[in-house]
Amino acid sequence: MTTDTPMGDPNAQRPSGAAATDLAIELIGINKRFGAVHANRDIDLKIRRGTVHGIVGENGAGKSTLMSILYGFYTADSGEIRVNGTPHAITDSRHALALGIGMVHQHFMLVDNFSILENVVLGAEDSAMLGPSLARARGELTRLAKEYRLDVDPDAIIEDVSVGTQQRVEILKALYRGADVLILDEPTGVLTPAEADDLFRVLETLREQGKTIILITHKLREIMAITDYVSVMRQGAMVDTLKTSETNPEELAELMVGRRVLLRVDKTPARPGETFLAVENLVVKDDLGVTRVKDVSFTVRAGEIVGIAGVAGNGQSELLESVSGMRDQQSGTVRLKGTPLSLEGDDGAHRARKAGLAHVPEDRQRMGLVVAFEEWENAMLGYEDDRAYGKGVLLDIPAARARARERIQQFDIRPDNERLKTANFSGGNQQKIVLAREMSSNPDVLIVGQPTRGVDIGAIEFIHNQIIKMRDAGKAILLVSVELDEIRSLADRILVMFDGHIVGEADPATATERELGLMMAGVSGKADAPAAEGTAT
Amino acid sequence: MDLALILSTLDATLRLSTPLLLACLAGMYSERSGVFDIGLEGKMLMAAFAAAAAASVFHSVWIGLAAGLLVSIATAALQGAAAISLKGNQLIAGTAINMLAAGLTTFLGIQWFAQGGRTPQLQAGERFTDITLPFAEELRGIPVLGQIYHDLISGHNLLVYVAFLAVPITWFVLFRTRFGLRLRAVGENPKAVDTAGISVIKLRYQAVLITGLLCGFAGAFFSIAQGSGFGNNMTAGKGFIALAALIFAKWKPVPAMFTCLLFGFLDALQIRLQSARIGGFEVPVQAIQALPYVLTVVLLAGFIGKAVGPKAGGVPYTKER
Amino acid sequence: MSSAILKPLPTWADVVLLPLANLVLAFVVSGLVVLAIGHDPLAALNAIVTGAFGNGYNIGYTLYYSTNFIFTGLAVALAAHAGLFNIGGNGQAYIAGLGVILVVLPLQFLPWWITFPLAIIAGGAVGGFWAFVPGWLQAKRGSHVVITTIMFNFIASAIMVYMVVNVLKPPGILAPESAMIVAEGRMPKLGAFIPWFKNTDVNFTLLLALACLVGVYILIWHTRFGFQMRALGHNPNASTYAGISNSRTIMIVMTLSGALAGMVAVNQIVGVQYRLVLDYVSDAGFVGIAVALMGRNHPIGILLAALLFGALYQGGNELQYVIPGLSKEMVVVIQALVILFTGAMEGLFRPGLQRIFTTLSPGQKANAIAASQVKSES
Repeated sequence: MTTDTPMGDPNAQRPSGAAATDLAIELIGINKRFGAVHANRDIDLKIRRGTVHGIVGENGAGKSTLMSILYGFYTADSGEIRVNGTPHAITDSRHALALGIGMVHQHFMLVDNFSILENVVLGAEDSAMLGPSLARARGELTRLAKEYRLDVDPDAIIEDVSVGTQQRVEILKALYRGADVLILDEPTGVLTPAEADDLFRVLETLREQGKTIILITHKLREIMAITDYVSVMRQGAMVDTLKTSETNPEELAELMVGRRVLLRVDKTPARPGETFLAVENLVVKDDLGVTRVKDVSFTVRAGEIVGIAGVAGNGQSELLESVSGMRDQQSGTVRLKGTPLSLEGDDGAHRARKAGLAHVPEDRQRMGLVVAFEEWENAMLGYEDDRAYGKGVLLDIPAARARARERIQQFDIRPDNERLKTANFSGGNQQKIVLAREMSSNPDVLIVGQPTRGVDIGAIEFIHNQIIKMRDAGKAILLVSVELDEIRSLADRILVMFDGHIVGEADPATATERELGLMMAGVSGKADAPAAEGTAT
Repeated sequence: MDLALILSTLDATLRLSTPLLLACLAGMYSERSGVFDIGLEGKMLMAAFAAAAAASVFHSVWIGLAAGLLVSIATAALQGAAAISLKGNQLIAGTAINMLAAGLTTFLGIQWFAQGGRTPQLQAGERFTDITLPFAEELRGIPVLGQIYHDLISGHNLLVYVAFLAVPITWFVLFRTRFGLRLRAVGENPKAVDTAGISVIKLRYQAVLITGLLCGFAGAFFSIAQGSGFGNNMTAGKGFIALAALIFAKWKPVPAMFTCLLFGFLDALQIRLQSARIGGFEVPVQAIQALPYVLTVVLLAGFIGKAVGPKAGGVPYTKER
Repeated sequence: MSSAILKPLPTWADVVLLPLANLVLAFVVSGLVVLAIGHDPLAALNAIVTGAFGNGYNIGYTLYYSTNFIFTGLAVALAAHAGLFNIGGNGQAYIAGLGVILVVLPLQFLPWWITFPLAIIAGGAVGGFWAFVPGWLQAKRGSHVVITTIMFNFIASAIMVYMVVNVLKPPGILAPESAMIVAEGRMPKLGAFIPWFKNTDVNFTLLLALACLVGVYILIWHTRFGFQMRALGHNPNASTYAGISNSRTIMIVMTLSGALAGMVAVNQIVGVQYRLVLDYVSDAGFVGIAVALMGRNHPIGILLAALLFGALYQGGNELQYVIPGLSKEMVVVIQALVILFTGAMEGLFRPGLQRIFTTLSPGQKANAIAASQVKSES
């Protein structure tokens, strides 16, 4: 099928004479549709051998789809894939592997209760009996570990090792299968900065050894730091391919978004009042029992927006879930207008709402909505106990629908049909349903997580303006977003969260992106500002 | 109790454990692959009926066994089609299979044999008889060891030995072969298996068909080995005890064997004694009957250890965007 | 995965057409079985229909069976709305008999209209308790409710045998059953008022069943608790987010579900048998699964499906007298196939139906495209 490097023998040099091209991968005219969504349209892409090639684009730009086609997880509707100059119809991932293409998925494809060795061998066994395969793999792992500086303990169980190690296992899996081209999909999303640095060192070693690396990311800093070439995708199309040394983050950002990036939100300076929300020494664990929020304290005053910036996975989600009553806290206090909230138990969110704390969750489909419900039902989710929705145990359905209709008008939710299943609304309109519900309860404190994730541009502006409006009405707003631009344009104060701690505070008017970026990476920006400073108001 | 009584109780334990063990190992393949199977009972019942019917019609125990295995595998395939290909609810598929088996076996039994659902009494050659192992008679005289060999180890029908042989085989398949590695993986993280270029669907079908095969042996044991003919609902909930044993053994072959032996022992005990006295209290026979179920509930509740099944269990695999 | 754009089915097709198609398929397959063993399936069908609806006697018995199936169907459906599969209706209905008989026997000298409501409360309490425990174990200890309710079926069975044989059986009676309620304390059957139903087992419990249908309908769609329960059933993360206590909701729903199943004991003991016998539930709990699936977990659907299965059971009883050799187990086969097709093999007809509906009109196609766009946007 292929004349590529034999499996598991990276010592064999890349075919030099055989291939008349220095291109490892060529994609020509790739098209892929999912239903009505044109995920990839007429994509052309050339990847040079022995380079690190970045692919950037916003969420939903079609990067992952394109790579899944290259990896054989999906089949393209049309187009051609050339590997080392030879066209191949890659039918499945096994085929891609045979051609030397390996993929490290964003969400690791590992079996948690298997050892590292078993995970490496899975799907690449030599024979029906496992013994010889495991023995050979053990030897190979030792060799690969030495060659690429990828040390792992083959007998460790996946669920016991760190995320960084799990990623090494994914890379080892690909190398063990003889991958010459390695695709990494958002590899740093789950890594701590130290682990990310480790990863980049590994990638450099791999490049030195002649491997080709395709790096999918939406983080421009990574692109600038590690890649040789960068391709930009937008809305399913390939916009441009540039030499990294000849471009800059601003140019890339503009290509990604297709317009000037800086989001302008019209707002007056904040006029903060008394402290509405006070979080004191909060400690929270995640579902796996790992402490994700480590002794966090801060306050939010009436009439101000406090933004929490940070790389995803540094404890923001757990912080939100804990303050809103969804997740039990290990220790600490959450005060609302001075009164401590009792948030224990699986109905903590109910008591938080009763006390005047509304919550727009990070993931509306997973948490904020029951998509199988009709719109009016979601419009009262969490508030179904209110007197406005009925007497005694019974619901007043006509009243609930009437209220839902009012909000549809107020928040310009489309289509304006409260009897429609929520699943049939677009992402932006679903977000408006959540926002309308939480804002209409007239809370003292509004907690908002990722307010514009997966929301179309038109709706973003509307949502931002609504949040400002709430602030101006004297509410305390806690905003968490991984989009730094969003934080910078909305927040009156920025707290940076890293590894479960608030590592610094910044003024959005004066802080530069560089300063914030350093803090988000765990490198203290402002002369080791102590964490306690975040609590000062 | 003297040795003879102990041995005869243990002897009964082996026999009563056999169908539990076969069904329990059967369920292990399916559930390890991520397909919950509460239809073990139904497949056994189908096999029991088919085996007895075929053995009696063709006067051959082997044709009977083959028929039992085939019918059980076919039933498993139907269940698989619903649970794997059509991505249906695995629990409901299992429930339907149980009900189908209960209805169909009685209905066809009445229709074909006109004995109120029973199949005709099987004659010699139409059922598995007890096998005397080599030297059993000669060694019988040796105290204890010889007695154990003669009374306990020797003198069972073929399927008893098949069941206990299936334990090391299952262990080997699960933990020492490529198929086993993939099977265990697909029950934990099917996407990992899919991205490794292995067909999730095919693996799960293979597992479910092996489940059918082993249920076939278990069913045949009831009607053409232990019994001599099929009777209405003759599996009598043993499929659910096997399921309980599977959970109790935390989906592992060797613990499964010991759990089935324990449950078989309880069964032997309650047959032997109308009631037992423990510390002056009269323990009703029903309490012993219910013990496997109670133990399983207690285990499931996490009061003694914790039973965590294969993570992907119960969820049909869809290749997502 | 599939590149075809399929629109979700219109509601009426989802709740009427699809179950009917599956029912027809179940009948066709059963008919083929009948044909294969050399009988005329149409004659069999005719015998079943006549046996179920031929005269007042037949209808009375059909309604008697339907009464049980309404209760167990509601029990399964209510739990299903909260995302729970209560497979333990049999055990709950069975053990509820203990509560009923223990209340009714000591009070048997009181008029029936006093003991009847007390029996309802007792049966509901005991049946509810038997489902509450698995619910509690699920909510607080994470044990899968399906497995525990299966185990509880068997435990109930052991307890009932012990109680009937060792405790409730009066001395001098050989059969394993409790003492009879004295004649004055027995609730009259409907045949006493409606001559049409003379000598049949249908009784006032039917009215209770109808009331339960209405009550469950109100509970699910018109109360705050019903709303919370459905939120939990569709998306447990969302219900936690909404501040709904998932554990409390699970325990309440399971208790109510078990109480509904427990009403079978009222029908059997107070309405029909006047004593506690062994195995009086005779798999009504499992029929409830078919009824709930077929009835799309909606009380109206459950009423119709319970009538259907009541008719099948009654017709099946008569079948064996009309066509010798065809036994009532035919009905169990049909019931199993209904469960299989409607519950586990929905994938059989749904895509085809969707394709038909999608291609029916270009307008619908456009809608479908719009809908699929919305789905994949986020």
